Amino acid sequence: MTGRPLSEPDERLPLRARLALHEIDGVTLLVVPAVLFVIGLFVYPFIYGFILSFQPKAGGWLANYQKFFSVPFLYDTIAATLWLAVPATLINVLISIPIAMHVRRMNRRRILTTILVIPITLGTVLIAEGLLNYLGPQGWLNRTLMLFGFGQVRLVHNYTGVMLSLILSGFPFAFLLTLSYITGIDPSLEQAASTLGAKPMARFRHILMPLLAQGLAINLCLSFVQTFSVFPSAVLLGAPAGATRVISIAAYQAAYEQYDYSMASAIAMIMGFAQLLVVALILSARSFVYRGAVSGGKG
Amino acid sequence: MAIAARDFRELRLDEMSRNFGFVNALKGVNLTVRRGEFIALLGPSGCGKSTALNCLAGLLNLSGGSVWLDNTRIDQLKPEARGFGMVFQNYALFPHMSVRKNIGFGLAMQGRSKADIQRKVDEALAIVRLGDQAEKLPGQLSGGQQQRVAIARAIVIEPPLVLMDEPLSNLDAKLRLEMRAEIRRIHELIGSATIYVTHDQEEALSLADRIVVMRAGEVRQVGTPEDLYVRPAHPDVAEFMGYRNQIRSHATKAGNLLSINVGGVGLHGTPIDNAADGAIVAAIRPDDLKITSGGPLAVTVESAQYHGNEFYCSGRATDGAELYFRSETKIQKGDTVRLMADPSRVLVYAETPS
Repeated sequence: MTGRPLSEPDERLPLRARLALHEIDGVTLLVVPAVLFVIGLFVYPFIYGFILSFQPKAGGWLANYQKFFSVPFLYDTIAATLWLAVPATLINVLISIPIAMHVRRMNRRRILTTILVIPITLGTVLIAEGLLNYLGPQGWLNRTLMLFGFGQVRLVHNYTGVMLSLILSGFPFAFLLTLSYITGIDPSLEQAASTLGAKPMARFRHILMPLLAQGLAINLCLSFVQTFSVFPSAVLLGAPAGATRVISIAAYQAAYEQYDYSMASAIAMIMGFAQLLVVALILSARSFVYRGAVSGGKG
Repeated sequence: MAIAARDFRELRLDEMSRNFGFVNALKGVNLTVRRGEFIALLGPSGCGKSTALNCLAGLLNLSGGSVWLDNTRIDQLKPEARGFGMVFQNYALFPHMSVRKNIGFGLAMQGRSKADIQRKVDEALAIVRLGDQAEKLPGQLSGGQQQRVAIARAIVIEPPLVLMDEPLSNLDAKLRLEMRAEIRRIHELIGSATIYVTHDQEEALSLADRIVVMRAGEVRQVGTPEDLYVRPAHPDVAEFMGYRNQIRSHATKAGNLLSINVGGVGLHGTPIDNAADGAIVAAIRPDDLKITSGGPLAVTVESAQYHGNEFYCSGRATDGAELYFRSETKIQKGDTVRLMADPSRVLVYAETPS
């Protein structure tokens, strides 16, 4: 700095001040570890996998993709996954609406939300183990049914088992999101509607639903992404060779049973693309709904 | 056909009460409101006035008592079955609907035809002078315009009763004055009964036909603005009506008047109700303490605020009592002035154990 020629017109601010104008200062450096983390553990593997998927063991650069879309055993996994993820997402999000509507007026909301958060913290494996023990052929439920002379019900190692697990672990998440969106809507709007003669169903249709639509779209996206990548419960609770052979199982088998990392990468890319497509679809539907503030005036 | 309130004779509140847990927010309110009347519920925050309004709208259930519209008991009805118009403090406009849709919402809920709704909404828009804003969203309007939409939405369903919950508290001072006149004009135009909640006594005095002063869940006094201003029935009401000097003292009878001790000297005052010898509260408005050279009450000035044509002053009497008064001439801190009060303007209340 000291060696700067005096002849140079220097009316510019010092670097530090110029950076400060763009909200960049010493604290900004704190994001560096996070950025490195994201680059190292997401961006780089993603690009690596993307490139790898075009370097098949045999055949042209698109061979992996051609293989995936020509073998029913592989491309059927997309349908199998959607067949689990779409209903599970819809059930989780739709059921969360009436419950959240009811819960928002409760005094002891905290206790209930705490109870509901527990499944999220437990993780899918523990839930799967629990369901296996509880609903299995020798489980508590079936033994009780037998005791009263009913036949056994098959709830695990099939579609139902995976679906139950997806609801159990996905519902709390969907519920908490819906609850936060629904409590954000000014209650005086519904009160105003009721003084104007709107019955509960009309209030829901004309006031609550349009204001909630935006949040529900986000909720659907996040819930869908969660259920679409189902893996542990599909293996543990489902029929991984049959009805619940989801796309993540196909990728796993390619990578760790056939040791074809290139094929596994291709499947992962297809999986990502399918997710992206659904999310884009939901978000584009969002443009048909109101997307502004959800309060009723200056306040 | 113009917008006109549905016909009725009177609304009657009979011992209306409401508890929140162990708190009695409303302790048995009795009131009869006639068609066309403008009633202001006046009181400090927490006095129960908004609770009373929400009970009338049906947004809160009663804990006891009943509400009657002519011969129909309505306190068990849901808000959507009452058909009262309500204007909320924060306006509560539906943010996703245009102004036209907002105003037409109540009519649509009644299942009116499109043409019918269109015509009525146009009329309501004309009444609140917002004809050119019909297609905008509420978020694109100013506070005063939003307020007008809220009023239009409440009156377009031609309610027998319009309930307003501090509707002007979010507006600036100038707009508040404008809207005050507007609200009174609309009230007279549609001929409904209006119940208007406010904590601003000036608003209540200028708008209402009758004022209901509330305190701690009870009605303290019901009367015309003149009644309340000239002769408040209770020290609480007096305080609200600008009787800022409230002096605890003892009284002795002196003919029709009472002789009381204020600031260490004897004054005469007018007894209200059954005030007699014994412990009393004397209430005097600052403008009624006049500065005169021969006044009995000597006060040392502690502050004098300039308010244009007069000074708002406070000072201490010889016995330490703080007194508020006005001065037309400039006075300064530390000056000593002598005050007097007309006995008819010194109101004396029996001290109620509180």
